[in-house]
Amino acid sequence: MTPFDISINAAVALLGIFALLIVASGVWFGLKQRHPDRDYTELKLRIRTWWVIVILFGLALALPPIFAICLLGFVSFLAFKEYITLIPTRRADHRVLFWAYLTIPAQYYWAADGWYGMFIIFIPVYAFLLLPARMVLIGETEGFIRAAGTLHWGLMTTVFSLSHMAYLLALPASGNPAAGGDGLLLYLLLLTQLNDVAQYVWGKTFGRHKVVPKVSPKKTVEGLLGGIVTTAVVAVVAAPFLTPLDRIESLIAGLLIGITGFLGDISVSAVKRDLGIKDSSNILPGHGGILDRVDSLTFTAPLFFHFVYYLHY
Amino acid sequence: MPPMISILQRLFMILVVRPLVLVVLGLNIRNRERLPRQGPAIIVANHNSHIDTFVLMSLFPLAVLRRLRPVAAADYFLRNRYLAWFTLNIMHMIPIERVRPGRSVDPLRDCAAALERGEILLVFPEGSRGESEALAKFKGGVARLKEQFPEVPVVPIYMQGLGRVLPKGEFTLVPVIVDVFLGEALAWPGSRGAFTAAMEQAVIGLAEAAPQRKPL
Repeated sequence: MTPFDISINAAVALLGIFALLIVASGVWFGLKQRHPDRDYTELKLRIRTWWVIVILFGLALALPPIFAICLLGFVSFLAFKEYITLIPTRRADHRVLFWAYLTIPAQYYWAADGWYGMFIIFIPVYAFLLLPARMVLIGETEGFIRAAGTLHWGLMTTVFSLSHMAYLLALPASGNPAAGGDGLLLYLLLLTQLNDVAQYVWGKTFGRHKVVPKVSPKKTVEGLLGGIVTTAVVAVVAAPFLTPLDRIESLIAGLLIGITGFLGDISVSAVKRDLGIKDSSNILPGHGGILDRVDSLTFTAPLFFHFVYYLHY
Repeated sequence: MPPMISILQRLFMILVVRPLVLVVLGLNIRNRERLPRQGPAIIVANHNSHIDTFVLMSLFPLAVLRRLRPVAAADYFLRNRYLAWFTLNIMHMIPIERVRPGRSVDPLRDCAAALERGEILLVFPEGSRGESEALAKFKGGVARLKEQFPEVPVVPIYMQGLGRVLPKGEFTLVPVIVDVFLGEALAWPGSRGAFTAAMEQAVIGLAEAAPQRKPL
């Protein structure tokens, strides 16, 4: 027995991700040597931040699940805080916002506890009804529907959606003999982030036709398709090691993550465009804010979770 | 000052103030390099919440902690002995009489002495927290100090978001990322009135350059 609590397959996948990062750092170094006149600071910062994220998550996953669940809860907190900072709020709602923050530890507690019924309705039903009710009791009606609507959108994306990652860790180990909850979470994170990078690289290399120029002018059809195909291929290859999915199921999971990751990405872009800002904060050098990094996950986490949950639990 | 207090203050900064300001809230700092590295100096900032002082103190390295002197209203912060002990020792504040006492006593005497010792004053020239996220008229004390110490740099700072974190009259804290924008040290324009106006203009200028939030 070791103090570590992670399956062999998940540990190997983590090592594989480290290998990918070493390759990325090598590519950066090579580019810098070949074009000493160009500025690769942004790329350097981006890769360095990836190192920090992967080391933190790797450590949390290697320890008992409560560590990773707390780390994910903290990510939700940071994302929700960025969202609250960006949206206009009413002075009258000060205490409502305080209650909204308290849903984060509660939601992650339901996940850690494996209390599925509560986990799945707490924010969509209880928070959805009670937070606006608290607003009504304060009595300010000017801007009520917008205040209630924007607050709930933030809770649904940054807390409810993202907390599905934590619930993956609470699923019974028997559902995924290959690698347990760690394996499913790694699979989701690897594919979602790889999809982001792949769409960016394909788009940068072959991109010509814009998909949604009004929301995100840099997104192209070529980038989108290239990313989805790349993600689907890796999904099929990695599935036997990390998930209970068979070949057809993993192909669908790859397509699901590829397509909905894109939708999550542009949804957060639309929010930022609506509010007239570029990055949600500057906490992750080279990336922007937490919200910029988890944008795709706000869609892929719940959708992948329910896909696997329906088929295998 | 006994070293015990200094240790307590340091612990308070490391265990309470910094986690609160840097993790629970989070700062978005612009032009950090304009922060004076050592005293004597005067920092002037807008005032919305009790957390303002914590934010300003968190900008500086722990090495200069003991030289940071927030200037605060005596009538408010010395109103009972426990608060007074905390204010004078842990926050290491310089209390100032908002209501002018007898003409014989200079209310800025302690501030001037602190500058002579090479300390860094943290001043809120609005004199009060006032309305959430609104700027009140600046008072003239800093101009009188600048006239007396023309070599001491006066650096304006605009903070945005703290009125949402803990507005006057609220007890619950709502985490919001705080913008901290630093201006350039202000030159002496020749008169106290003009200096106060320039100081106010500098903070308003920083506020106008800040990202504007769309109204709901």
